[in-house]
Amino acid sequence: MKMHNVKHHLTDQLLMAYSAGSLPEAFNLIVAAHVSMCDECRAQLASFDSVGGALLDGSDSEPVSQDCFAETMRLINSGALRPEKRSPSRQDSTAILPAPVREYVGGDVDKVKWKPIGMGVKQAILPTSKDASARLLYIPAGAAVPDHGHRGMELTLVLQGAFVDETDRFARGDIEIANEDLTHTPVADIGEDCICLAATDAPLRFNKLIPRIAQPFFRI
Amino acid sequence: MKTKYDPTDWITHITRIREDQDQVAFAELFQYFAPRVKAFLMRSGADATLAEECTQEVMATLWQKAHLFDASRASVATWVFTIARNRKIDALRKQRRPEPEDLDWGPEDEPDQEDILSLQQESEQLGRAIAALPEKQRELIEKAYFGDLSHSEIAEQTGLPLGTIKSRIRLALDRLRHAMK
Repeated sequence: MKMHNVKHHLTDQLLMAYSAGSLPEAFNLIVAAHVSMCDECRAQLASFDSVGGALLDGSDSEPVSQDCFAETMRLINSGALRPEKRSPSRQDSTAILPAPVREYVGGDVDKVKWKPIGMGVKQAILPTSKDASARLLYIPAGAAVPDHGHRGMELTLVLQGAFVDETDRFARGDIEIANEDLTHTPVADIGEDCICLAATDAPLRFNKLIPRIAQPFFRI
Repeated sequence: MKTKYDPTDWITHITRIREDQDQVAFAELFQYFAPRVKAFLMRSGADATLAEECTQEVMATLWQKAHLFDASRASVATWVFTIARNRKIDALRKQRRPEPEDLDWGPEDEPDQEDILSLQQESEQLGRAIAALPEKQRELIEKAYFGDLSHSEIAEQTGLPLGTIKSRIRLALDRLRHAMK
């Protein structure tokens, strides 16, 4: 995956929670996708992992049973251990979706099953655990996603093109972190259709009547 | 209770496991880390039976993945932590864990001795810096990592306002960064 000049990064809070393993799956996915595209956050994440390592090292211990070691050796020798999944590598440099997202889609952008949600905007919900949701958004160049607020936290990662909203401009690799305080109307840059990965821990709240009625049907 | 050890020595243990399938080295590693992994899993909500079962899987994974350990990228304790954390998400939360793309490391795969040494020194420095954190800050960092709790859940559990929790964690991270300069 080609590196870009990322301007908008993950917060310490999100990186630490990803490292600790306490985020919902949809947020883990967007963090993994951003880190795939951002060397700065990758380095930060390594630091947070070492905090976890240092805590484990200095932590209290819980005695294991006497046959725990023998059981472990039996497990190793039985070959019953599931083969550990290796992290996907950055081999496919022409792909638009980072590898962790490709794993959910079953391929790159051409494999995404888009569903229109109006005004030319399309989305595809990714199969994650229910405590939060992740979806890909396709916004035609120059089009707007309806004005909306958020009940919880919404993260949006740009994978292709760029969008502009009331706060700033977000290009490939940039992540926008929105909470209850932000009501925004993201508009895709005119140059290219925009593809984003978005994750929320609560349904979006649209400010216009039509989108609000549509919301339960489209699961956004 | 913390037994002092030389962290570069664990690297030798991993090398012995990788190259000679050395069970003695593995037993020593096991003796040190298995009880810590079990404690970590129990603090994350596993009962003793499940924690013990997962600990066996974590330790068996160490054996199996010994060839993937890169001492210039992580300390052994950090590596054990990431494997235990992934097992926690898989077994306790029943969720997938999306991982970032791996970097391509180029042809010179053999890690540089100097990188390994400086990483181990930094790991020790970090351990000391965490131990030196004010009690209130260290407790919250521990809860964030070991309690499987979000900040709002920590707020519920401790009765502290969310803002206090966030600012204490921020202070703790500032201190760690300062100590690592």
